[in-house]
Parts: sequence; C-alpha cells; structure tokens
Amino acid sequence: MASSVVENRSFGLRLGSALFVIVWLLIAAFPFFWTLWGSFKVELDFFSILDWTDALTGPRTEQVYGSTFTSTAYEGAWIQEEFWRSVINTSLVCFFVVCTSLTIGTLGGYALSRSGFRYTFWLLIAALIFRAVPPMTLVAGYLLPFFELNMWGHLPTAVIVLVAINQPFTLWMLHSFFEKIPKDLDESAKVDGCTQFQAFRHVIIPVMWPGVITTGLFSFLLAYNDFAVTAMVLSKENQTMIPKIASFLGTTQTEGNVMFAVAASVSAVIPLFILVMFFQRQIVSGLTAGAVKG
Amino acid sequence: MKHKTFFWFFLPTALAMLVFIAAPILSILMQSVFLPHEQVVIEVESCGPFGCSTTTSVDQEATAKLWEEAPLGRFAGMQVYFDRGHLAVAEVGEAWSTTQSWGEFFGTLGNLPLYRALAFTLTYTFVSTPLLIILGFAIAVAVNNLGPWLKGPVIFFSLLPFVVTQLIGSLILFWMVDARGVIGTFIQWIADDPDLSLKASTPLTWIMLIVYGVWNSAPFAFVVFYAGLQTLPQDTLESAMVDGATRWQRIRYVVIPHIMPLVTFVLLIQLMDNFRVFEPIIGFSAEAHATSLSWIIFNDLGGETRQLSSAAANSVLTIIGVSILLAPVLVRTWRESKAKT
Repeated sequence: MASSVVENRSFGLRLGSALFVIVWLLIAAFPFFWTLWGSFKVELDFFSILDWTDALTGPRTEQVYGSTFTSTAYEGAWIQEEFWRSVINTSLVCFFVVCTSLTIGTLGGYALSRSGFRYTFWLLIAALIFRAVPPMTLVAGYLLPFFELNMWGHLPTAVIVLVAINQPFTLWMLHSFFEKIPKDLDESAKVDGCTQFQAFRHVIIPVMWPGVITTGLFSFLLAYNDFAVTAMVLSKENQTMIPKIASFLGTTQTEGNVMFAVAASVSAVIPLFILVMFFQRQIVSGLTAGAVKG
Repeated sequence: MKHKTFFWFFLPTALAMLVFIAAPILSILMQSVFLPHEQVVIEVESCGPFGCSTTTSVDQEATAKLWEEAPLGRFAGMQVYFDRGHLAVAEVGEAWSTTQSWGEFFGTLGNLPLYRALAFTLTYTFVSTPLLIILGFAIAVAVNNLGPWLKGPVIFFSLLPFVVTQLIGSLILFWMVDARGVIGTFIQWIADDPDLSLKASTPLTWIMLIVYGVWNSAPFAFVVFYAGLQTLPQDTLESAMVDGATRWQRIRYVVIPHIMPLVTFVLLIQLMDNFRVFEPIIGFSAEAHATSLSWIIFNDLGGETRQLSSAAANSVLTIIGVSILLAPVLVRTWRESKAKT
C-alpha cells in the first residue's frame, strides 16, 4: 500500500525536495566546516578585508609560518590560555551532573509512572512550570545565598545547580520511557514477594537502559552547553569551556586572540560532533519522546 | 504504589527542585523588595596647626552594624520595581501625557532598559517561533520524499545547529557575518555596498538574531515532525488520493491535522526557550542594538557592583512574563484534566 504512494511522487517533486534539502544542509553544516578550516589560519586570513578566498588559501598564513596551515591558534588557546583546565572542569561537571541527575531522576520518574494517584499529574505540571523558568532568573536567586554560605565559585555548586535545573526535563523524559515498560513486569515481581524497591532494582533496572542512556545524553548536553549558570556561579579558575570561550572575547584587541576563541570553539564542537555521530538514534528518540503523547 | 513508597522514591528529585528552583524564586521575591544599606557617613574634624578642616568618611563599624541588624538591607517595598531601570512608572506616565503619537510614545519607551529588552524578547519569541516551525515542517516533508539511504546523513547534519552550544553557534555565525567574514562579504556584494555592516544597524542586528534563532531550533522542529510523518495513517492518505485530493489538499487535510499535537508541543517548548534568549546576544555582541530580559539580569549581576535588587526585580518581572505566555497552555491542560475526571 505504502509503495503506491511513493510511486505516485513525480520526478519534479523529488527534485524540488532534494534541492531544498541540499540548501538546508549547506545552511546547517557549512558554518562548522568553514570555521574548522579557518581555525588553522591566521586572523588576517580568516578575517580578510581584501579577499574572502584568503580564508581558504591562507596566503598570509604561508607568509608567516611557511605553510598554509598553522596550529598556533590551538597552541595559544590550549597552552597559553590554559584551555585544558576548562576542558577538565567541563568533564568533571558533565560526569557528575549526568550521574546525579540520572540517579535521582530515575527514582522519581519511575515513581511517577507507577503511582496511579492524581498528584502525579500535578507534580508533572509543576515540573513543566519549573521547566519554563529561565535559568538566568534562578541565578539571580542563587548568588546572595551562595555568597553567604561560602558556596560560590566551586565546581560542586555548579553541579548541583545544573542537576536541579535539569530535573524537570529529566523527569518528563524518564516518565515517558517508564510508561512504555509494562506495569505487569514489576507487579508480578511484587506478587512474588518483592518490595517496590526490590522490584525496581531487579526487574526494572535491567530493562530501562535505552531510556536512561537517551536521558543521560540530554543531561550531558545541558551541562556541556550551559553558559548562564556556569558563567555566574563559577570562579575564574574553575571556569568551564563555554564561559572560558566567552572570556576570550573580552580581550579581542590584541591580534591572535580572536583566533584563540575560534580554535577553542572548534575544540568544543568536536566532542558534540562525535556524540551526534554515535548517538544520533538516541537523540532523535529523545526529542520525540516528550512529543509522542502530544 | 503506596503513598509512602512514592514519597521516598520521589524525595531526592523533589528536594533538588524545591531547594534549587522553588527557593530561588522566593529568594528573588525577597531580594527585589530590599535595597542595600546606605553607608553611614561621618564628618571628622581634624585640626592642625593651620586651622581645622572637616573630612567625611565612611563609618565602617556603623555600616557593618546596620547590615548585622538587618542582613537583607533596608526595606524598599515596590520602589525598585517602579524606578527608571524597571517599570519606570513616572517616566511612562510622563511620556504618555507629553507625546503626541504612538510612534513617539513607543520611541520614548524604547529608551527605558526594561521596555527595550521586552520589545526585543517578544519580537524574537513571536517571529522566530512560527518561522522555525514552518521551516522545520518543510524540511521534514522534503526529507520524507527522499530515498531511505539518504535520511541518516541528512538527519546527522541537520542536528548540528541544534546540538552545538548556543554561544558557540552564534559566535561561529558572528565571525562569518563580520564585515571581513565570508557571509558578510557576500551580503556586501549582494547589497552592492562595501561599507555595509550588520553589526552597526539595529534592524539588521535584530534580523540576524532572529535568523540565528531559526537556524538553531529548526532542527528540533524538523526531527519531531519527521517522526510524526512516519506514523501517518496510510489508509487515510490512500483514500484521499482515491477521492482525487491533490498533493496540497492531502497535506492540508491529512498531514497537518495528524501532526497538529506535535506542533503544539514544539510551540510550547520553543515559546519557553525563545523567551529566555540570551546567549546569541553575547555571541553576536549585540548589546548595543538588542537586549533581552535574561540579558539585563545578566548585566545587573555581572561586573564590579552586583546589583542584586535590580536583578531580582527584573527576574520577578521575567517570571511574570513567562507565566502570562504559558497561561493559555496551562489553563487548557487543566480544563482537559478536569474533563477527564
């Protein structure tokens, strides 16, 4: 049946679709490749007043370094500006955010999907409202208490804040994944004498991994990409990658510094690139998980 | 599940949300009605061999004592909300009575920080959200027409603008639209104006930010709609074709009603996310031409003098804005849930 629909598509329509998709792919992906290529040039080539093709051919890069490619921007960013420190900080923050938010989110999401009482509906609505609050307004609320409690500036503070901000989303996503796991599974375990926690531990945990991995990816992306919280809550030496890149921009006057930011940005995009490559299916299923229920 | 079991399962996540989302909202409510204490100034008369002079200095001890007695600062009530930096009641009233036309009135409002930020935030939210939904839908339909072997790579590259950090995504575009960058040069060539700079003009900056917003979020709409297209009821499509419906009629009367719930979902998420627009403004260094509600809070909090009261008042106003924006959706959910029981 479906094949007849496909056959009916005219050649012109297919061509039109294909052209449209090609244009879109250019718009979507070209900036990244252009910047990756340009990050190995000197600033005067990447930002060329004379001729835009300089960014491709790199004549001034060749003049200065004897080759059309140079890794000076990367050396400057990673070694001179100590970008590696931010990379370590980001790794730590991401690791702990993902672990913590999955642990408490799984428990909460499981409970929401298995309790038939009405308050679960209102808890989900409350989570939705919390999801709507812009993080920047929350940051305004954190600063004063954090100063007074001496919590400001440390990585663990950023971790718990990010976990909390991420919870509403995590709960919704895990809730919809747990809804898909048949309730009979843990009900029968309970009939056999398990407590609710034992049923969760021995019956649900072994089958929940696809949903948990997907949710974990989104927690990771949130922690990795955050700017609002990490820029305001972390001290300079504990900065993660994104605020660090933003801080490069403040000192753009001296030549080369813009290229540091370019190199650092490319360095920060590459892990995301790899992530999408390997987990494309999970990301797509995660994006649609909230939507399938309408 | 028993109430008690539910409670223990749900406690950790509830605690996290209460302490780090609900409590900060209360915290900004409190902070917004207090102002820092003024420093206690004392005059000291010092007499030397050439006569006496009085100098004023800050009495650190007395100031510290004030803070100790009232750690929140002095109570200011709604003063912060009404001052020039926020709702600017006096200035708006004056503009209302002195200006002759609407244009002039809104021009005056545009000079007040909060209204300026509000204007951009609302424009951004209500222009980029529908555009990205339309673009996302168009891409989904087009990709759906392609052969299956192409779909994987297409989705991979389409996801990039969405997955990459907003700040970095906007920086990458910003470097390209720079007057010396590739897109900037291209635009100058199209407009035939070698001095054209997107950064220097307010309308062009707004357009640039909105284009960025669409570029950034269209992949999300695309993926959601594309998933919806996979579950299209083939029978309905077939019978529509048998009845002689054109391609456009099939999209209009079968496809769009089928994915309408998904449109609502994307709309809800994107209204929330576009209302908090902030990182593109930093990435495009657009502060001079466009500010958003989140940006003015960031601006209050940053720098040497952290203006906590001002930031708190702006935050409260922002949250009120979000509530107004989402009220229709929430009311509808509430009605539906009431209808169910």
